[in-house]
Amino acid sequence: MDLMPFINIVLLLVLAPLLFGVINRVKAFFAGRRGQPLLQLYSDLYKLLRKHAVYSRTTTWVFRLGPVVGLGALLVACSLVPYGGGRALFAFEGDLVLFLYLLGLVRFSMVLAALDTGSSFEGMGASREVHFAVLAEPTLFLALAVLMRLTGQTSLSGIYSRFSVEVWVQAAPVLVLVAGAVLIVFLCENARIPVDDPNTHLELTMIHEVMVLDHGGVDFAFIQYGAALKFWLLGALLVGFVLPLRTGVPWADTGYFLVAMMMLAVVIGVIESVMARLRMLKVPHMLVVGMSLSVLALIFQLR
Amino acid sequence: MLSVYNGQVIPVRDIPLLPVSEFRRSVQDDVRVGGRMVSLFGRPEGDGIRLYVLLAHDSEGRIGMISADVGHGCPSLTSECPQAHLFEREIAEECDILPEGHPWLKPVRFHPPCRRAAHVFEGDFALPSVMDFFKVEGEEVHEVAVGPVHAGIIEPGHFRFQCHGEEVLHLEISLGYQHRGVGRAIIGGPDKRTLHYMETVAGDTTIGHGTAYCQALEALAHIDVPIRAQVLRGIMLELERLANHAGDLGAIANDVGFLPTASYCGRLRGDFLNMTGLICGNRFGRGMLLPGGVAFEVDDKMISELEGRLENTYRDLTAAVNLLWESSFVADRLEGTGVLSRKTAEELGLVGVAARACGIERDVRFDFPSGIYRFTQIPVSTCPDGDVFCRTYVRWLEVQRSVDFIRQELKSLPPGAVQTTADVKAAPDAMAVSLVEGWRGEICHVAMTGSDGRISGYRIVDPSFHNWAGLAMAMRGEEISDFPLCNKSFNLSYCGHDL
Repeated sequence: MDLMPFINIVLLLVLAPLLFGVINRVKAFFAGRRGQPLLQLYSDLYKLLRKHAVYSRTTTWVFRLGPVVGLGALLVACSLVPYGGGRALFAFEGDLVLFLYLLGLVRFSMVLAALDTGSSFEGMGASREVHFAVLAEPTLFLALAVLMRLTGQTSLSGIYSRFSVEVWVQAAPVLVLVAGAVLIVFLCENARIPVDDPNTHLELTMIHEVMVLDHGGVDFAFIQYGAALKFWLLGALLVGFVLPLRTGVPWADTGYFLVAMMMLAVVIGVIESVMARLRMLKVPHMLVVGMSLSVLALIFQLR
Repeated sequence: MLSVYNGQVIPVRDIPLLPVSEFRRSVQDDVRVGGRMVSLFGRPEGDGIRLYVLLAHDSEGRIGMISADVGHGCPSLTSECPQAHLFEREIAEECDILPEGHPWLKPVRFHPPCRRAAHVFEGDFALPSVMDFFKVEGEEVHEVAVGPVHAGIIEPGHFRFQCHGEEVLHLEISLGYQHRGVGRAIIGGPDKRTLHYMETVAGDTTIGHGTAYCQALEALAHIDVPIRAQVLRGIMLELERLANHAGDLGAIANDVGFLPTASYCGRLRGDFLNMTGLICGNRFGRGMLLPGGVAFEVDDKMISELEGRLENTYRDLTAAVNLLWESSFVADRLEGTGVLSRKTAEELGLVGVAARACGIERDVRFDFPSGIYRFTQIPVSTCPDGDVFCRTYVRWLEVQRSVDFIRQELKSLPPGAVQTTADVKAAPDAMAVSLVEGWRGEICHVAMTGSDGRISGYRIVDPSFHNWAGLAMAMRGEEISDFPLCNKSFNLSYCGHDL
């Protein structure tokens, strides 16, 4: 039995919070600061896990269910994504549809939990989150459709196992467009600058963070950890075809994949350091650009 | 109408006392020809209340004053003269006079009045913001209440938004959580505590309010301040402006998520504060000012140290702020956000950075110069569009002017004492008006003495008192997600408003 998928998933579960530490250190470097410890999120999670959650009297079971369903769906999604060119734990035809809808389920449970509080801030956050997701989701679908078409495979593991430097040589223009589209979706889904500012404390401008204002303790730890997993999952989809170096040795591929993920975190840190946040009204413009890129890529690929 | 100048003392009986109808007409006429309401307040006089109004004519550098006696109520000025709106609410709350026909009569600071007459506000004043707010009704209209407890470490204030989706239809701001009764605490002074009250009227404007108080007291006592002390006061005031403007530029960058400028300006603000600390031992300038001069002397060694630090900090600040102007993302965020028209700004009588960012040339240092500003003029920095970008840019222009000023003054610091030897003894039955351009804008202190030469009435108008209404107006039609940015671009004081 092949152990690599298990090892990859364990690595993912252990290392996912590290990426946020890397981003924060890159941002601190640009700001001329020392920055928080690399393992800060681990400490935060440990702290939160030891705390009791506090529930408002206006909330119902929907609110309590949100973080659990969210984390559960993400853990299932983890088993569908291939890391470092190997196979995922589960792979079947059309698993990418399940993957995307698991992400959709995460969002759905978070939005319901946010609306359940009855807070005007969380209502606004939920409305923004859904608004942007409506534009981001089809973009990712189209981008994956292009990759499906390019490789002739219908499962995530199949698609990503076919990628190599040669594919890039053949279809560079299409892949550049897809990479642009996926990067835009990646920034939006993970609530990074220029879409959202993960560091702001201003509840009126937040998108993702404002939806989780009322969560605390273990629930909040689930949400934070879920955010780290989501970052890793979408990052794996991005680096899986952008940096498709394959050695054929599973250990080396996994090592190479981890390096690529760290590089992605550095790139995100640089983007956050040099760019300002977009005006809320203009975020959909950026997402529409992403969608156009993936549509264009699909047209090129179908011709 | 009696004309006075900044820092002039007048006998209280010289202020013309008009019948209420004539008082009203005079104010309206004066505002029509460009008068700006600096202060409007009431003082108990026998059984009734005597209203005093100060109307500034910026281009002429004079302040017109009149007064009128009222009993239980008088017709409101607000509908003809919107800049009176908050003053009239304040008077209604403090003196229990009903401003008849005031369009939006509510308490300002939620404290009991000095007398009971008209019973304008009934009930318990212990709970600020427990009242009805302006409400918009309709399909998909929703209300967002923010504060008084905020997500960041800032002062308490309550903001009530009426929104349609992301668009703000109306914003109502309710403050008063930090009312301390500074004005009442000073009565019977000056004593040892008075100066410290003044330094903490608004903690970030220590020098501004301190200077305004000293100026008022010196006027009442007919004291001349040595020229060296005046120059040092000017340097301190400009250092305060530099520190706060540098902090604001960083905070605005932070609110648009632009990291480099945000983090560097945070440090540079500290460097400017340290320069203030170098002179007087306190980073906010506490203990620097004294009626009759300043408490600390600077020697040649300190001057060269200050010059060196100023150049270094200014060089770094220039580099950090230029990043802001070079980024097209930042320009896109700042330009056209939170626009306030010049007309609205004039009607509301805005002051300081907010007014100058609407293209209004209004600067106490230029219009009503006192102290060193009579000899060294600082050009008025304006920007025409009234948006967040202009309010940011005006700050940067002022930073440059202030640095020039400090450089020049440090080079040519006149010799002599920094304190007067004369006794600070206020004249009886007198009134002095003192205006200072703090970093936020015009600070107005009005001091009145009784027959014993003690302070019998003291009025402080912080620039925030004028400008909060400007923020509310700037938010109309904006996206609610831009509120923190607009708020930061005004950066008004809560405690300066609440007093």
